[in-house]
Amino acid sequence: MIPLLLVVSLISFILIKIMPGDYLTTARLNPVMTAETLQARVERYGLDKPWPVQYLYWLKGVVTGDFGVSMDTQMPVFRTLFLGGRLMWTIIVASTTLVLTWIFAIPIGIYSATHQYKASDHTVTFLGFLGLSIPNFFFALVLLWMFVVVFKVGEHGLGVGGLLDARFFDQPMSWAKFVNYIWHLWPIWVVIGTSGMAGLIRLMRGSLLDTLALPYVQTARSKGLAERVVTYKHAVRNAINPLVTTLGLALPNLVGGSIITAIVLNIPTVGRAYFSALQRQDEPVIMGALLFFSLFLLIGNVVADFLLAWVDPRIRYN
Amino acid sequence: MVRLRRKTTRAEARALKAEERGYVSRSQGQMIWSAFKRHRVGNVGTVVVLIFVVLAVFAEFIAPYHYGTQFRKYVYAPPSVVHFRDESGSMSRPFVYKTKRELDLKTYKVTFDEDTSAKYFLRFFVRGSKYKLFGFIPSSIHLFGAVAEDGSTAEFFVLGTDSLGRDLFTRCLVGSWVSLAVGPLVVMLVIPISVVLGGVSGYYGGGIDMFIQRLCEVMLAIPGLPILMAMGAALRGFGFSAAMVFMGIIVALAIVSWGGAARIIRGQVLAIREMDFVNAARAVGAGDMRVIVRHITPNVMSYLIVNATLTIPGMMLTEAALSFLGYGIQEPMTSWGALLNAATNVGAIEQHPWILVPGIFIVISVLAFNFMGDAIRDAVDPYSVV
Repeated sequence: MIPLLLVVSLISFILIKIMPGDYLTTARLNPVMTAETLQARVERYGLDKPWPVQYLYWLKGVVTGDFGVSMDTQMPVFRTLFLGGRLMWTIIVASTTLVLTWIFAIPIGIYSATHQYKASDHTVTFLGFLGLSIPNFFFALVLLWMFVVVFKVGEHGLGVGGLLDARFFDQPMSWAKFVNYIWHLWPIWVVIGTSGMAGLIRLMRGSLLDTLALPYVQTARSKGLAERVVTYKHAVRNAINPLVTTLGLALPNLVGGSIITAIVLNIPTVGRAYFSALQRQDEPVIMGALLFFSLFLLIGNVVADFLLAWVDPRIRYN
Repeated sequence: MVRLRRKTTRAEARALKAEERGYVSRSQGQMIWSAFKRHRVGNVGTVVVLIFVVLAVFAEFIAPYHYGTQFRKYVYAPPSVVHFRDESGSMSRPFVYKTKRELDLKTYKVTFDEDTSAKYFLRFFVRGSKYKLFGFIPSSIHLFGAVAEDGSTAEFFVLGTDSLGRDLFTRCLVGSWVSLAVGPLVVMLVIPISVVLGGVSGYYGGGIDMFIQRLCEVMLAIPGLPILMAMGAALRGFGFSAAMVFMGIIVALAIVSWGGAARIIRGQVLAIREMDFVNAARAVGAGDMRVIVRHITPNVMSYLIVNATLTIPGMMLTEAALSFLGYGIQEPMTSWGALLNAATNVGAIEQHPWILVPGIFIVISVLAFNFMGDAIRDAVDPYSVV
């Protein structure tokens, strides 16, 4: 895993350096800026050193746990990127979306497979495709618009976008505050979840259909077991295996989708900080964020592999 | 042998032989085609895709204006209302009124009203701004326009205008060029790369397999959208022309996607390599090249086609997201995602909801591609009993 992260960080670094201009571009254009101040800043950010040296400096810092200082806020990158609850919210958003997607997609997929070709199957398939086809940001915008303009929730004292209504900012955690969090979070679940759910439903349906055609299911039925037992106790447990493999592949979508949605809905996540840093070419923050995304992906893949081994006993004995 | 007096078509000859034989034989292509026709939803999707292609090809003819024309008087004008009944209430030919712009000097609010003094009827094949159909046929005829009895024209905004007073319908049509082209272009880049690398990796195994696999792992460890955003930022900052940025985006999308495709193709080649017919071919003395071309590739082909049609929607969505964030297509080119860039906050949407319409175009086209791909997958799958 470490070599992979190294390579990704190298690619990210090269990409950033290729970008014309740097953090000080706007400062250079400033007529008030004197040459000495500019030079002092250049030296402070290390922008005058050759690229490999800059990279090695950064790498040395990372190995000791110092991600550098954000050029923009002068605060440690770790703090800008992760603290202020950003890391917590990123993980909360990602994990809750994943869990909810699965909780809804599996039963719907099972229902779709057991009622194959009925009207409900077609409807569910169509809705799944629809969810797959709507761009995340568009869905988020439409939801925002519907809440604010069509349903006029502002007049009912509810806000949209952001994490909390303003009046809850300084208050200690209470039931009302918790409900408010959920109220602000559920559009994200809907937006990111719908695209992931469609694929999962199709997979579950296909996998279960394949499993139900196997001989041992026929045996179970001829033994006299109730259909429900046959489906859930026998077929579904085996049909889930291929889905677990897709968990690893679902993570890139989760990362990407959450970035866009967080930008539109103004949720403080790592992705949003990355977007702001990219606009200002704040190099240390960009590097830190890309490293984080990469780590997230790799950890997710490892977890998916473990899950697969846990769920499918055939793999363990390989 | 039946002697025939006229030239027969192949289909007729086939049918005649079938009568003799007593059964019908169909080629693989014919079976795929008939299975494809049976997938009703997929057919609808294909038709929609074809409609979009036609709209794109004839975009400048169908659009009433040039996509860069700014109507300074009509910034953020709402869509023109087409009337079918005249003042007396009876049915008449469809017509529009001229839009009047009023500025309330007290609140500084701009309102658009209809100037009911003159009627401008919708006519087909109206003369308008010059353009080159298909890029080389000069013409100035547009599909429709609003012309009054005396020949004067009025502005007819099917979908309203944007922040610079440009007709949104025109920009949507022109934006379809980019949005629809991105998917197939990326696929055309990814397929050769992934087939060659995945095929070589799966077929030969050993050291080269390990090397290519490590490469694929690196590609898969790169977080897709963040890196694309960074690449888009780099492309934008370089100050390239819009066309070069477009090609750059295509290349970037291909770079990010080939890893997964190569790995899957490798898996397919590995599976096919162990099959009996391949072993038989080698036992008879077929060389590597012949085995690859004549035996393995056709079996991978069906999967490839399916994969291609299903990656296209994903690419369209990714490009839309990138352009929406500002890191994709640059001016003066547009795509549907770039058009949505103007709709980033609820205030703007509240005041001018019509700027969300490009998103609907995206949804419909992506949905159509998905259905088409689903139909192709079902049709090409040799194991499904349709």
